[in-house]
Amino acid sequence: MNNVLAIAHKELKGYFATPIGYIVIGMFALLYGWFFYVMLVIFNQQSLQLGGLEGGGNVDINQQLIRPLFLNASVILLFVLPLVTMRIYSEEKRSGTIELLLTSPLTDVQIIVGKFLGAMTLYAAMLAITAIHMALLFSYGNPEWKVVAIGYLGLLLMGGCFISVGLLISSLTKNQIVSGMITFAVFLLLWVINWPASFAGPTMQSVLNYLSITDHFDDFTKGIVDTKHLVYYFSVMAFGLFLTARSVDTERWKG
Amino acid sequence: MIEVQHLTKRYGSVTAVDDVSFTVERGEILGFLGPNGAGKTTTMRVLTGYMPPTDGKALVAGYDVFEQPIEAKKRTGYLPETPPLYPDMTVLEYLTFVSKIKGVARPERRARVDEMMRKTHIADMAHRHCGKLSKGYRQRVGLAQALMHNPDVLILDEPTAGLDPKQIIETRQLIKNLAGDHTIILSTHILPEVSQTCQRVVIINRGKVVAVDTPENLTSRLRGSETMYLQVDAGGADAATVLQRVTGVTRVVVSDTRATAVGYEVDSEAGRDVRRELAAAVVGRGWGLLEMRPMRMSLEEIFLHVTTEEAPATPAAAEEVVQ
Repeated sequence: MNNVLAIAHKELKGYFATPIGYIVIGMFALLYGWFFYVMLVIFNQQSLQLGGLEGGGNVDINQQLIRPLFLNASVILLFVLPLVTMRIYSEEKRSGTIELLLTSPLTDVQIIVGKFLGAMTLYAAMLAITAIHMALLFSYGNPEWKVVAIGYLGLLLMGGCFISVGLLISSLTKNQIVSGMITFAVFLLLWVINWPASFAGPTMQSVLNYLSITDHFDDFTKGIVDTKHLVYYFSVMAFGLFLTARSVDTERWKG
Repeated sequence: MIEVQHLTKRYGSVTAVDDVSFTVERGEILGFLGPNGAGKTTTMRVLTGYMPPTDGKALVAGYDVFEQPIEAKKRTGYLPETPPLYPDMTVLEYLTFVSKIKGVARPERRARVDEMMRKTHIADMAHRHCGKLSKGYRQRVGLAQALMHNPDVLILDEPTAGLDPKQIIETRQLIKNLAGDHTIILSTHILPEVSQTCQRVVIINRGKVVAVDTPENLTSRLRGSETMYLQVDAGGADAATVLQRVTGVTRVVVSDTRATAVGYEVDSEAGRDVRRELAAAVVGRGWGLLEMRPMRMSLEEIFLHVTTEEAPATPAAAEEVVQ
């Protein structure tokens, strides 16, 4: 465990020793802030219009503001997380520091889990920024906190899947650009894969919907924790990390 | 301390290391010599557990590097050809990280890091980023990294490559001081380095071990005869015939002539010391014996000899190399 934490700590420090950590967090904060502003304006307008109706209308801040906000955050992640994961292994391979890790008394699993946790911590820091916007909503409105918490849980799990897949891709190449590009393409594909679901056959439809990482997130934004989605997210994460371990091991044999 | 048995490593169809076996005793410095691409780095990478062998096995401090990698790695320090430094970390941060992953206990870490920085003379660079260090300092930080967990075995891949002459001397001295406490394997393609630092040499070429011995033995073993160089001032007389008559001398060749002094290369039967007789023969005639020294095959010549293809290990071939 100490070894895992040592690697995780090193990874996290690595993000902030270079501009990457600041850029990723800054970009995310900027885009998220913009979406927040736009959604808030739209929401206000809707509230005013509905408020003018008989009976005061029925505005739900969770469903009409926070949920679209979470869904938009998931799209920002598609663009931002490849920047987080693309260097994880590629950089070590390019600079030769992988030799230090692989010849130190560490197991592959410790290295991989450490790197995963490092990236997850950066991601959690990114999400922590959105707590500011949430605090604003809580001070001026009264959203359901449980639904918000479940939304964050969903974001964390979905990001975990992206990071695990990104880690795998990063372990396959020593070129960061190649790694980042492929990661971005794969994320995008995992997002849009269920778009043709509506006109596919019933079997194909459920398969496509099941494959889409973002589709599983939808229920979380509604405040629903379905074990189906938990199983899916944890399997994808575990599978990504497992394949990364295989990839690192294969690399060893090939030399 | 290190045992390599029938080690083979193939990359696809390319055989990088082919049935290599050797052992290194505790406290010894072994030189690993070979041209570029001979399989030195591959052998070292197998020994350090960086990659598994295709066939055969390697034991470090009694542990199989493939079967018990963690135990073996705890006892091995490795300096790859390019020191594995994180450019964005300071030297202190880097060494602290290394101390963690090498399993140095928490309370000892700070002291251990300080000790390593002192030992390798990098304390004044503690707060400099690794990426901004000069080549010499990078190498030393790499060495501090390899020594961090006080390993029994040190594996150094071309530790002096790219250093300036002063740094090379310092690094060699440092390595020599480490022997005794540590068992060291050192790879290089610079030959004087081996004769100056190593007690034993393994010469490897095209993945195969072609010679294992002490530098001195290698020198004499490859020669079927002993050669002396003599410079004689015979005042114009022909010294060659006189030298030729000395018992045990097989051949005399004039190698250089300057003013009245003539230099001769005198071959004698292997294992026979003819120095006294030669000196007596020259001085007995009232000639001046200006110089007399044994001519040894230098390591360069041995190296060329054993790594040049189809060079039969006969005295005649060795002779050609000398001339």
